[in-house]
Amino acid sequence: MVFRTRRLAVASVAVAAATALVAGCATGSGGSTSGASGDTLTLWTHNAGNSAELDVVKKIIKDFNASQSKYKVELQAFPQSNYNDSVVAAASARKLPCLLDVDGPNVPNWAWGGYLSPMDVSGSEVPLSDQLPSTVGRYRDKVYAFGFTDVSLTFFARTSVLKKYGIRIPTMAKPWTKDEFDSALAELKKSGKFEYPLEMGTGSLGEWYPYAYSPQLQSFGGDLIDRDGYKSASGTLDGKDAVEWATWLRSLVTKGYLAKKSGVDPNKDFLAGKSAIHWDGSWNAAKNAAKLGDDLAIIPPVDFLHGPRIGGASWQWAMSSTCSNKAGAQAWLKFSRQTKYFVDYARATGTIPATDAAAEQVDGYQPGGEFSVFTRFAREYAVVRPVTPAYPYISTEFQKAVQDILAGADPKDALGQAAKDIDNNLKTNNHYAG
Amino acid sequence: MTTMTAALGRLRTVRRTRTTNARRRESLTALGMATPAVVLLIVFVVVPLALTFALSFTDARLVSPTPARFVGLRNFTQLFQDPVFFKSLRNTAYFAAVVVPLQAGLALVLALLVDAKVRGVNFFRTVYFLPVVTSMVVVSLLWTFLYRQDGLINHVLSALTFGHVEGRDWLGDPATAMPAVILMSVWQGVGFHMIIWLAGLQTIPAELYEAADLDGATRRHRFRHVTWPGLRATRTFVLITITIQAFGLFTQINVMTQGGPLDSTTTVVHQAMRTGYEQQQTAYAAAISLVFFVLVLTVSLVQRFLTREKD
Amino acid sequence: MTSFLKHLGGHAGRVVLALVFALPLVFMLVSSFKPDDQIFGDLGSWRAFLPVGALSLDNYTGVFERVPAARFLLNSVLISSITVVLGILVNSMAAFALSRMRWPGRKLVLTAVIATLIVPFETFALPLVWWVNQLPLLRVNGFHLEWTTGWMDTYQVQILPFVANAFSVFFFHQYFQSIPKEIDEAAIVDGAGWFTIYRRIVMPLSGPAVATVAILTFLPAWNSYLWPLMVVQSEELRPVMVGISYFFQLNVGWGQIMAYSSLITVPILALFVAFQRSFVNSIASTGVKG
Repeated sequence: MVFRTRRLAVASVAVAAATALVAGCATGSGGSTSGASGDTLTLWTHNAGNSAELDVVKKIIKDFNASQSKYKVELQAFPQSNYNDSVVAAASARKLPCLLDVDGPNVPNWAWGGYLSPMDVSGSEVPLSDQLPSTVGRYRDKVYAFGFTDVSLTFFARTSVLKKYGIRIPTMAKPWTKDEFDSALAELKKSGKFEYPLEMGTGSLGEWYPYAYSPQLQSFGGDLIDRDGYKSASGTLDGKDAVEWATWLRSLVTKGYLAKKSGVDPNKDFLAGKSAIHWDGSWNAAKNAAKLGDDLAIIPPVDFLHGPRIGGASWQWAMSSTCSNKAGAQAWLKFSRQTKYFVDYARATGTIPATDAAAEQVDGYQPGGEFSVFTRFAREYAVVRPVTPAYPYISTEFQKAVQDILAGADPKDALGQAAKDIDNNLKTNNHYAG
Repeated sequence: MTTMTAALGRLRTVRRTRTTNARRRESLTALGMATPAVVLLIVFVVVPLALTFALSFTDARLVSPTPARFVGLRNFTQLFQDPVFFKSLRNTAYFAAVVVPLQAGLALVLALLVDAKVRGVNFFRTVYFLPVVTSMVVVSLLWTFLYRQDGLINHVLSALTFGHVEGRDWLGDPATAMPAVILMSVWQGVGFHMIIWLAGLQTIPAELYEAADLDGATRRHRFRHVTWPGLRATRTFVLITITIQAFGLFTQINVMTQGGPLDSTTTVVHQAMRTGYEQQQTAYAAAISLVFFVLVLTVSLVQRFLTREKD
Repeated sequence: MTSFLKHLGGHAGRVVLALVFALPLVFMLVSSFKPDDQIFGDLGSWRAFLPVGALSLDNYTGVFERVPAARFLLNSVLISSITVVLGILVNSMAAFALSRMRWPGRKLVLTAVIATLIVPFETFALPLVWWVNQLPLLRVNGFHLEWTTGWMDTYQVQILPFVANAFSVFFFHQYFQSIPKEIDEAAIVDGAGWFTIYRRIVMPLSGPAVATVAILTFLPAWNSYLWPLMVVQSEELRPVMVGISYFFQLNVGWGQIMAYSSLITVPILALFVAFQRSFVNSIASTGVKG
């Protein structure tokens, strides 16, 4: 009897031990609890899918690890479309890495939710005051994030193609009007050379939708939310101007100017001549210029009555509030703020350097350079996405509305539903007080 | 027969009460052996289910600087005014209504085909079962490729009909997206239920078939009067497992369509995941889950009732 | 004559169905060796299903360069096999106590366990995320152990919720009941204890049931997607299915996606083909009879 009971006990202990072993393995290899183990800090980034950008992050980490012997930073890269969900899940478990990047418009939410810690980067090589305002993530007067670059939206086209069909090449002084743009598309469609003359990345996922389409909405006179206090979207997101924008967007599809869902690589399609005009980010400018040379036309956004508009703020670096080694995290952040990294980042991503000093060293972005126009777009046309903790919710609702509108939903209904949902969300979350 | 077993059982009980000590030992050992499973089920099923119930009456978010508050029925009133929720319910019901009979029926046909005593049935069993062993994520990625406008399915269709059938973007069209998901899901899952039917078929005594053959029964008669009644228990099992599986439709949607186009493939679980995880509305998602739970429970009970009644 | 025709017809039906089930998988495997432009080029003909043209392992090397696929495979092997072993142990013990032993509350526990069968995992997955964050965790910190809270991003959060399974308990329960109880009595007369009966007599007689439960536990563990998507963030803990879904979003070519898919599918298919006879027979012999 005693013997048998003991055997049972041994079996139970074995099960317990196996479980403990698993637990041990987990911490043995994971180790990202509270974002650092000792002086080894974890860093998360969204750009697993962009190896050029990832390489710069790797380089900064490598240089930092070599520059001193106290701290060590370890990198983990995610695909962009899963990144935000992973951060939110980790935040709910209080297991954020010490260092992470954040898309500019999400800074208010992540700061409000307590994921991020305000940072102090004074004394670093590049002072914050040198940066383009849109590249510094602030919430309630505190700095939570900074970016090395910003991006601009633009139209790409071939000068030769536009000339061939008698389409005026617009300038910042005289951008296309809505009628001009529509008739240009009609002309291109009529030529029969392009199945869809306009490419706007309609097959993309996630943040591209508010980034690329809300500036057009704003140029029509609408917006994602009433920015006065950020209390309501009704009447703004589904107002007359907004519905007019959505109807226009849908008409692009019904007239055959725009694919309901574009291919996996819109830029490749544009370079292959499948589309004539490409609404895209400035990140593809260098690639396009290399391929098309002088034939590349960089065209400002259409003025749909309320001025040309583009989005502001791109990915930025931040420090988590649960980081167990904030001194180490600050050290990395300060270290990274060297002009040479601003330059590397801008070169790798083909985006706008955040400081003038860096712009001097990036081909095309020097004053008068072929891409310096993007810096002017960013200064003159940029509208930041709504600075409210509700932004991630607004973004998902807007994404769904645009996808539905492109697929044929009634513009007024789709926007009305999104506005209603956003208002409901604001109300049930007590307007994100706290 | 039953009384005899019961009598035997009683006899055993009498014999076993030799000493109360032995009985106590038996109880203790039994408790010890059942405890791990029971504790794990409590921790990982019962408690979270209770949490679903509790959270659905609060305003909890996945992450929030303010603590959750009790808000009464607010989530439910909001839910019943949410057009996407009704679309999700409708799509889930549509999926289940087509998949349950289709998959169960096709699985039975396959089982009958491979129950024959001919050479090579083992090979066919294996082949029909292959998609089951393949993960739904992989299957969904693969079929996303097959369903493309320029994908394999359109090429095959065009070849089979000598170019008379024009291909389309199956997943991009609200009219065909759900049927495409259904077809793929049945393709993936049917092999499993074929094996279940097969297990059922093999429990039917061969003598019954021999007797039917002696009576000169046709194949149809044989099926109706021997096979079908012999599969009663299997039928219940197949029906209930496919139903529960169909109601939980998520992976395919998550990988292939994200609920689109125009909400034509959004399902209850997909909506719960979207609102609860992506939009961080934990409490709202809990309310959706609770309604979903009640729904599945009702349907399972109705199915049980219907299949019981015929006993 | 007619029976011969029927026979032939049946066989033709079997062959056509076999093509329907096998060809998409053949296409996947074959495409994994082809460059992207050839995959698209071959779509119009039978070549799509044939290993012809410029075949190479480039897609496979590409996968391994891009992501730590070997690590993902190792994680999934580890998670699935521990789940299977613990699952067999825990569920068969419970089923043994429920089916062969007499103790107060047995009926109630059995009913309660079976009742959890109809609760779909999806209904409580989200609250479970919150809940596992509250659970205590013993972890190694330097040279000593310490208690912390929260299971997010660990191996055990991928294993323990799936160890106890009402279906497995039920399945073992049914099977154990088919083994004559007189054996137990004889053993007890010989002085054996209950655990010895379980370990030395009943379990060795339950090979088919163990095999069935092993397979039915392994497949969902290997294929799990929704749960690790939510609770695992670290790359070094990521299982294969989340790995492939992330991989798909990196805008890689279809050839590489087919290579990754084949990589995580073919070993399981091979295992299954090797054991298919005993698997099919074990389900058939244990008879899932509701």
